[in-house]
Amino acid sequence: MVDHTHKAFDTDLQDLGRMVAEMGGLAEQQISDAADALDRRDLAAAQRVIAGDARIDALQREVEDNAILTIARRQPMAVDLREVVGALRISNDLERIGDLAKNIAKRVVVLDSEFRSQQVMRGVQHMTELVLSQIKDVLDAYARRDLQKAVAVWRADEEVDSVNNSLFRELLTYMMEDPRNIGICIHLLFCAKNIERMGDHATNIAETVYYMIEGKALTDERPKGDTTSSTMVPFDA
Amino acid sequence: MTSIDVSSSMRSTTPIVGSQAGTAGNLDEKVSVRGVDFYYGDNRALKSISVPLYDRRVTAFIGPSGCGKSTLLRILNRIYDLYPNQRAEGEVLLDGENILNPGQDLNLLRARVGMVFQKPTPFPMSIYENIAFGIRLYESLSKADLDGRVESALKRAALWNEVKDKLSQNGLSLSGGQQQRLCIARTVAVRPEVILLDEPCSALDPISTAKIEELIDELKSDYTIAIVTHNMQQAARVSDRTAFMYLGELVEFDTTSKMFTSPVDQRTQDYITGRFG
Amino acid sequence: MTLYARRRAANGIVMSLSLGATVVGLGWLVLVLGALLWNGFGSLSLAVFTEMTPPPGAQGGLLNPIIGSLMMSAVAVAIGTPIGILAGTYMAEYGRYSYLTSVVRFINDILLSAPSIVIGLFIYEVVVRPLGHFSGIAGSLALAVLVIPVVVRTTEDMLLTVPRELREAATALGLPRSHVIANVSYRAARAGIITGILLAIARISGETAPLLFTALNNQFFSTDMTAPLSSLPVVIFQFAMSPYPDWQKLAWAGALIITFAVLALSISARALAATRNTQ
Repeated sequence: MVDHTHKAFDTDLQDLGRMVAEMGGLAEQQISDAADALDRRDLAAAQRVIAGDARIDALQREVEDNAILTIARRQPMAVDLREVVGALRISNDLERIGDLAKNIAKRVVVLDSEFRSQQVMRGVQHMTELVLSQIKDVLDAYARRDLQKAVAVWRADEEVDSVNNSLFRELLTYMMEDPRNIGICIHLLFCAKNIERMGDHATNIAETVYYMIEGKALTDERPKGDTTSSTMVPFDA
Repeated sequence: MTSIDVSSSMRSTTPIVGSQAGTAGNLDEKVSVRGVDFYYGDNRALKSISVPLYDRRVTAFIGPSGCGKSTLLRILNRIYDLYPNQRAEGEVLLDGENILNPGQDLNLLRARVGMVFQKPTPFPMSIYENIAFGIRLYESLSKADLDGRVESALKRAALWNEVKDKLSQNGLSLSGGQQQRLCIARTVAVRPEVILLDEPCSALDPISTAKIEELIDELKSDYTIAIVTHNMQQAARVSDRTAFMYLGELVEFDTTSKMFTSPVDQRTQDYITGRFG
Repeated sequence: MTLYARRRAANGIVMSLSLGATVVGLGWLVLVLGALLWNGFGSLSLAVFTEMTPPPGAQGGLLNPIIGSLMMSAVAVAIGTPIGILAGTYMAEYGRYSYLTSVVRFINDILLSAPSIVIGLFIYEVVVRPLGHFSGIAGSLALAVLVIPVVVRTTEDMLLTVPRELREAATALGLPRSHVIANVSYRAARAGIITGILLAIARISGETAPLLFTALNNQFFSTDMTAPLSSLPVVIFQFAMSPYPDWQKLAWAGALIITFAVLALSISARALAATRNTQ
């Protein structure tokens, strides 16, 4: 795009973009570190993830301050305004993703049972990979203003949801098998839910990227795959 | 001041000066206005104004018409001396020396403190002469050196590419925005230390305005700049410090970021949010 | 009648009256110019520009009064213009706010509208009488006194129209006042000041009364400024009043020459003023 006559405005927008990208990188790292810590039950790694969230939070405040200053000082219009608003919204989503990763790490710290299910862990790993690739794609779409890619991410959420559904059912079974598993399974359930929520934030970001490029909301009917809220618990009375 | 008494901030006669206004980066005060009063005849137009202009920073003065912002600017190069019945009292220090002293050499002062006016004012002579004219007065340069100075001044004002092939044309033949940049080039050419801009864009279209604003950003690496503007968005865009004036008083002075996101005084807030009664 | 119709009617009446007044005013001018052109061109010949004024009944031209007029006008402008410009400069630049300026302006305005015969009489008293004879220089002085107020007025007016901002901008560059005036104010007002000088020349080229008391007339060719000198207006006055048809014809020719000279000056003045406005 052609530069602004007033170059300081370009610098402001570039700074915003750079900070959002940095946040994205950090968030990705936090997710994979948290999933790793969960997989290996590594308390030290989990503690590092918990501590690492502060950096994302700080960046989010920085994005917010800069965006507000940019609005106050440069009075952005049209595409520029969408860019600033986009940065604000994306940084919010990324901050939430960071919180969810931190939440997983916190659960790692309190897991005390020896219960281990290969299948569940594979499922969690698979979900993590899916969400990570979604986040990576959507950050790419943001950096390159790639409309196609943003829409693709937006549509891809379904797979994450279906993995989450099967994990949900599996964990329910374990809980019914042995009530001693309930504690850890609830934790794992929340971990899975957290990862699924990250995927939702990725789709939010995709919507924001779409809005930044097109100037309107993504209004298509999105495939909805999460059925956990309507799954009945089979309970033998 | 670090803590601000809310009741006095609502209707105080002492201005609110932000705690961050001068500390960041240990700035030098190029110009210090100290307790300045200004009179048009018996009419007191400025009431004990004290405000610093930091070296290599842009300070914007905003406020409704008649608040005294232009008057304050006109004290800094004593251009008001052209008119009888106008007088300033108090101290204006330029590098520590009081320019309001009766013994001050006004021509030398004005060579150090340049000014650009609201209306573009090219002199009725060629583009080249418009710039060379002021230089010749203070320096005797060879033709080649003079050419170089004219060129660098025009480049500094981002005008060179537009006028390099028509330097001998009358300065009045340029467009409004170009004329204003010519005036800036002319001011820069005599190598001042401080540049005063009195509503420099109020007669220009948005594109020319953006060009001048970009120019101000460029110039601030070498000069101390004070700009008076009735367009507060412009103040927000170009300045590092902002002073809000009202009825001849300085109401609030702080970093521009602070002034435009969370001003302390209610009047400042009302003015910059467009709620002025 | 509705209010609107009344308004329209009033508009129509005033419009017709204005138009009528314009036609009457212009009509006289056309008649005067017509008579002048008709009689003037009929009397114009090469001899008018090459021969001297003749005795009654003989052939001749207007060479000596033309030369006399040119000389006296030139000297009058040479004396009056610098004084006028300097005085105007003082009033508009240095002494703009002083009491002296308003006094000078008031007196200048009186001088501007003073009957020229009074000025002729004045020069007669202070120059011609002490010297004991009429002279071209006395005529020039009388004309110069007419030039000064016109130039003072136009110079002051033109300098006052130089935008305040331009003067401030030049001052703000650190230029001393003399530079500001010489390089900026004069340049900006140049066309206007020259226009004023041209108008002053136009004004004096038709003056008869002051010359009657000062330069008088000279039947013979002379370029001696200390002696009586012939001039077109005086010759026209003398010849037109005479009973001799030859003289009357020359008077018409002289009138035509003066009219065209004034016309040319006015057009130049207008053209100059126009270039100033389009700058």
